Amino acid sequence: MCTLEKRGNLFILTFTGEDQHRFNPNVIGSLLSLLSQVKAEATRGSALITQAQGKFFSNGFDLDWAQAAGSEQGAAERLHHMVDLFRPVIAALLSLPMPTVAAITGHAAAGGFALALSHDYLIMRKDRGVLYMSEVDIALTIPDYFNALFREKIGDASVRRDFLLRGLKMKGDEAEKRGVVEAAYGGEAEVKQASVRLAENFGKRKWHGEVYAEIRKGLYPQLSAILGLTHKAYTIARL
Amino acid sequence: MCTLEKRGNVFILTFTGEDQHRFNPNLIGSLLSLLSQVKAEATRGSALITQAQGKFFSNGFDLDWAQAAGSEQGAAERLHHMVALFKPVTAALLSLPMPTVAAITGHAAAAGFLLALSHDYLIMRKDRGVLYMSEVDIALTIPDYFNALFREKIGDASVRRDLLLRGLKMKGDEAEKRGVVEAAYGGEAEVREASVRLAENLGKRKWNGEVYAEIRKGLYPQLSAILGLTHKAYTIARL
Repeated sequence: MCTLEKRGNLFILTFTGEDQHRFNPNVIGSLLSLLSQVKAEATRGSALITQAQGKFFSNGFDLDWAQAAGSEQGAAERLHHMVDLFRPVIAALLSLPMPTVAAITGHAAAGGFALALSHDYLIMRKDRGVLYMSEVDIALTIPDYFNALFREKIGDASVRRDFLLRGLKMKGDEAEKRGVVEAAYGGEAEVKQASVRLAENFGKRKWHGEVYAEIRKGLYPQLSAILGLTHKAYTIARL
Repeated sequence: MCTLEKRGNVFILTFTGEDQHRFNPNLIGSLLSLLSQVKAEATRGSALITQAQGKFFSNGFDLDWAQAAGSEQGAAERLHHMVALFKPVTAALLSLPMPTVAAITGHAAAAGFLLALSHDYLIMRKDRGVLYMSEVDIALTIPDYFNALFREKIGDASVRRDLLLRGLKMKGDEAEKRGVVEAAYGGEAEVREASVRLAENLGKRKWNGEVYAEIRKGLYPQLSAILGLTHKAYTIARL
């Protein structure tokens, strides 16, 4: 499942265990709950790292759970349900009053890749793991908020096309070169260390969390609108 | 004019002859008709290559035909007519239920460049041929759907400005470097071979064509809206 710990100013959200960390309603509910907790305990200098154990960051929605409905219609309904349930997770990350880092030490596919991409900074392994939007290969269309996330986070139209229309499995060095991730490192330990370093350095900037979140939402206006997030103007008297 | 052939899973649309392959109402009508045929005969694994014989991929709308109206007003009406007639061609390519490749072995200018850009992948020659938006040089404004296509296909704002506002004639190596085309090759034969290889490789993915088209439309939402294309969500029971 997922756990939350605090190390100094850092909140660390971990998908535990060696499984594919797929998102079903339970996991999504946990995620939402933990993100609420992070938000409630946020102070100036906070930062979030999301990471996972094992070979997968996350392989996306729990399609086995969807199929367990027992009929094509039932499976479609369960999948739509998970797509809807997951929206507030992305909204929570987009509104989180602190910098966020995704430490990608394994495969991030479909909803799993969307989760990673919902962070401010992505750190990835060079030697193992791919970023992959599997939808075209399994004949699923892309939810609106996934499209908005890709459109506003990945500026290169060819990269978006390669992910969504071509089902490209992108390794760390290509992801770094093409601007999809901030940096790629040689192994799991290095990725985790680099993520902690990055998060701690951001924390030292002691940003005002609410303002940080507003600026972030302003960077991604289409996504914010699709997620129903409102925008506030702040003038803090530290001018 | 233009012809359609099928080689295995690959549909090949060819502008035949050594002329500039300019789009007048007849040619546009042919194009639309052939694209309808491609759509009707599509199966999983289908792909389209659009190519041309001679020195030109296409030099755009048939301005001679427009001027043959005999008056400035008449010419303007004929040009507007062709712009309006061409919109469904762009719409058909954007909705085509298969991957599409433009094999650009000659100059692609104005609406000819637009036709190429309406494909998923552009392959070009390095040694001959340019991409060129001639409108600024001949004092014509850019139709709305042309602008939307450039905006959503070419992420780099400087490239868009160079092509539309500067009338830059971009050769293959620059086009590859700046991300306008997928790849540029040393000669005509290489371009054609590379296009066939690409189309065949894409075909081997055996994508569901309708889902592929929906994902494509989702990648280019502003263009889809301007072209009046609706969006459908699919959940296929291959979960």
